Amino acid sequence: MVENGIGARVRRKEDFRFLTGQGTYTDDMNRPGQAHVFLLRSPHAHARLKKIDARQALAAPGVIAVITGADLEAAGVGPLPCGWQIFNKDGTPAHEPPHPVLAVGRVRHVGDPVAAVIAETRALARDGAEKLVVDYDPLPSVTATAQAAKAGAPAVHDGAPNNVCFDWHFGDAAAVDQAFAKAAHVTTIDLYNNRLVANAIEPRAAIGEYDPAADRHTLYTASQNPHVIRLLMGAYVLKLPEAKLRVVSPDVGGGFGSKIYHYAEEALVTWAAKKVGRPVKWTADRSESFISDAQGRDHVTHAELALDKSGKFLALRVQTTANLGGYLSTFSTAIPTYLYATLLAGLYTTPAIYCGVKAVFTNTVPVDAYRGAGRPEACFVVERLVEKAAQEMGLDKTEIRRKNFVPKSAMPYQTPVALQYDSGDFITHMEAALKLADHGGAEKRRADAKKRGKLLGVGLSTYIEACGIAPSNVAGALGARAGLYESAEVRFHPTGTVTLFTGSHSHGQSHETTFAQLIAEGLGVPIENVEVVHGDTDRIAFGMGTYGSRSLPVGGSAIVKAMDKIVAKGKKIAAHMLEAAEADIEFKNGTFRVAGTDKGLSIGQIAFSAYVPHNFPLETVEPGLDETAFYDPKNFTFPNGTHICEVEVDEDTGAVQLTRFVAVDDFGRIINPMVVEGQVHGGIVQGVGQALVEDCIYDPTSGQLVTGSYMDYCMPKADLVPSFQVATNEGAPCTHNPLGVKGCGEAGTIGAGAAVINAVVDALKGFGVTHMDMPATPEKIWRAMHGKAAKAAE
Amino acid sequence: MTIAVAMKVNGKAVSGQVEARTLLVQFLRENLRLTGTHVGCDTSQCGACVVHINGKAVKSCTTLAAQADGTEVTTIEGLARDGKLHPMQEAFREHHALQCGFCTPGMVMSAIDMLRRIPRPDEATIRHELEGNICRCTGYHNIVKAIQAAAKVMGG
Repeated sequence: MVENGIGARVRRKEDFRFLTGQGTYTDDMNRPGQAHVFLLRSPHAHARLKKIDARQALAAPGVIAVITGADLEAAGVGPLPCGWQIFNKDGTPAHEPPHPVLAVGRVRHVGDPVAAVIAETRALARDGAEKLVVDYDPLPSVTATAQAAKAGAPAVHDGAPNNVCFDWHFGDAAAVDQAFAKAAHVTTIDLYNNRLVANAIEPRAAIGEYDPAADRHTLYTASQNPHVIRLLMGAYVLKLPEAKLRVVSPDVGGGFGSKIYHYAEEALVTWAAKKVGRPVKWTADRSESFISDAQGRDHVTHAELALDKSGKFLALRVQTTANLGGYLSTFSTAIPTYLYATLLAGLYTTPAIYCGVKAVFTNTVPVDAYRGAGRPEACFVVERLVEKAAQEMGLDKTEIRRKNFVPKSAMPYQTPVALQYDSGDFITHMEAALKLADHGGAEKRRADAKKRGKLLGVGLSTYIEACGIAPSNVAGALGARAGLYESAEVRFHPTGTVTLFTGSHSHGQSHETTFAQLIAEGLGVPIENVEVVHGDTDRIAFGMGTYGSRSLPVGGSAIVKAMDKIVAKGKKIAAHMLEAAEADIEFKNGTFRVAGTDKGLSIGQIAFSAYVPHNFPLETVEPGLDETAFYDPKNFTFPNGTHICEVEVDEDTGAVQLTRFVAVDDFGRIINPMVVEGQVHGGIVQGVGQALVEDCIYDPTSGQLVTGSYMDYCMPKADLVPSFQVATNEGAPCTHNPLGVKGCGEAGTIGAGAAVINAVVDALKGFGVTHMDMPATPEKIWRAMHGKAAKAAE
Repeated sequence: MTIAVAMKVNGKAVSGQVEARTLLVQFLRENLRLTGTHVGCDTSQCGACVVHINGKAVKSCTTLAAQADGTEVTTIEGLARDGKLHPMQEAFREHHALQCGFCTPGMVMSAIDMLRRIPRPDEATIRHELEGNICRCTGYHNIVKAIQAAAKVMGG
């Protein structure tokens, strides 16, 4: 057993700097001679942009330059690209209208950037922007998902009839129709999966810098994937060769998806730094984040589940309208399609599934992946239907699931919606969760709560997700315009310390610790001798970044591959030094040993010899000990689990108190249980937040974002939730990656929303309530209890 | 128009000429380059900017630098002594009460002030007292644990 290796609750290497105020987030950086940029953003949801008069702004104190969309167009700056091509039912490609860095001719949502003012300080840039005179001609707007494709809705883009970006479908419609025809029971549901704002606590920031001597650009940006930004911005927007462009993502204060995408501000500061001959810095205010960070979810769905008389699922039919906002964000098109429809089998053996997705443009901030990305939406549809079906058919909520779970013995299991689950033991985690939640005592708690004027509700949800999108060739065939592998470089230094370069990026996920544990386990190097480097395109060979819970299953697998190469080379060196056959050399716990003898050399000695190759097989082995590997996954990984939630609803006010939350997850093998539990806790609260308090609301008439600050957008706070009980089941590891890991970053968010709403609906069953859209606010609940329809918001 | 401000920050006398509208957090971050104090919102809700003025927790994004003139300010950089973490910092590390680290300085400063006022808070009190600090990563679970543990060590 290696100290601090796989399975150890190692305290984090990154914590000292964060706890002492020595982290380096983008806004903490200041470059010599830097100027500041302020972006003037559209106050209108939809308007013709007629004229920008910058004369007064240019004369304002400290203002250096004003840049407009026309300037960028004239300079050949391209639009921001979409990274995934979707095809319509009829085989034609989706409509992909240009997304200019700064608006040209039209603004399409509140916050659409219109002009950039560069000045000596941030305050002077803002003051200067006050002096810009912009002539808008306001147009009618459409923001609501269900309204966008209706006849007469204002057109967001010319050339996209009825605001439809694509009309896509997946699955076997005929098989589904046949199954419905012979169903004993059909459960239907109409639901709105509400729009959310990611709200990483660090607002986005970017600094552009240009070095004329080397003709090189550097972009510092709060991003989850600097290499992808370099690729997209270099190739499509600024047309800069990658060798002339460095992108650095230093410490990043949370992402949750919202920092995956290539944003206008990144291209703007990079371009402007050369233009004005000084570094240019931009930092968002929180109000600006609300109208410029890609938002999440926003699905309107009608779904139907066909069952036989015993409660066995026969078929599932889903029709969703997905709101993509005013422009296509980087991965926006993949989320409501391949990351949604493919997950609709859930944990169940449903033999036939069909899903249609109509994606629409609206005058709202673009929508893209937010923690879970498509999978929480799928889980919500499936688990609400299952719960409703159980209620309608008089089946116990656990019984209906047991009856329909894919059994462990059926693995690998081919679903009717393309995915092949490699592993999973669903009954085991559900039983464990029921035990941990003292499910048997729920009825007694319900009776006790009733005496206190509280209605207790128990909600169960099970989920499965697909992490580490892969393999690249399959993703490519489905429309991905990128590969989805990961790189790792393990560099031994002469005195035996190691630098690990990973293409994954940590913005809270603890890579510096967890990945060092992999090196400690695999190479026997003490964890304090391992340095993990991420987030710099000049230092790391390549990388696809961190999202979709991919860092460990994909990035970790690349590390294992690189370590394998280190060991293979080390064996050759050891064989020479120990005067033994290579085949006789074993490597264990950091020592190369001649099998069956006490002759051995530590990996540190081998590393030293590789850099001081005096006694070295130079004829057959190169000096140095530094290996790079790229890993392209063979399949997705499929984390899965059970969440159980208990709520108490106040009979008088409709207020909900979460009294119990249990999660038992199968993430495969666990590297650092402390880190995994932390990821689950955080994920759960994002799911609970959506279910109970978070809601991104646009005014349907003006198109204004009503919830544009923390005054109006309700963030989950510490008193919204209780302490959690979480556990993992390691009994069904991933079968196709070398660590057996599945990923844990999004699970909490995927499972929690449905569990909470199922609990709220259970609490209200005495009032004939069968569904409640998120967030389940006291007002909605009170109205439901009093038989008054909720105010028509959507 | 600029004004002169002078205060003690983390035990050191500092002074500067600032625009009258300069916020304390700007003075700390931009003039003094003490970038451990963060700005996460513009409506005084997230608490990433919490520092102590004369020992009390204050949101430095909603305080003018001029208001701190003549006071003693402590920031996250001023807590650890000779490389040894403050018990609250140590408890956060031990209990994994931070992930991305961005809200952490404000959380730690608020938590220290909380224990000054309420030496042995129960879980419900801790959760209520954290009303002015938002964390998007941890789900608060481990922050609550850390504060409970720190309360024991700090001898409340």
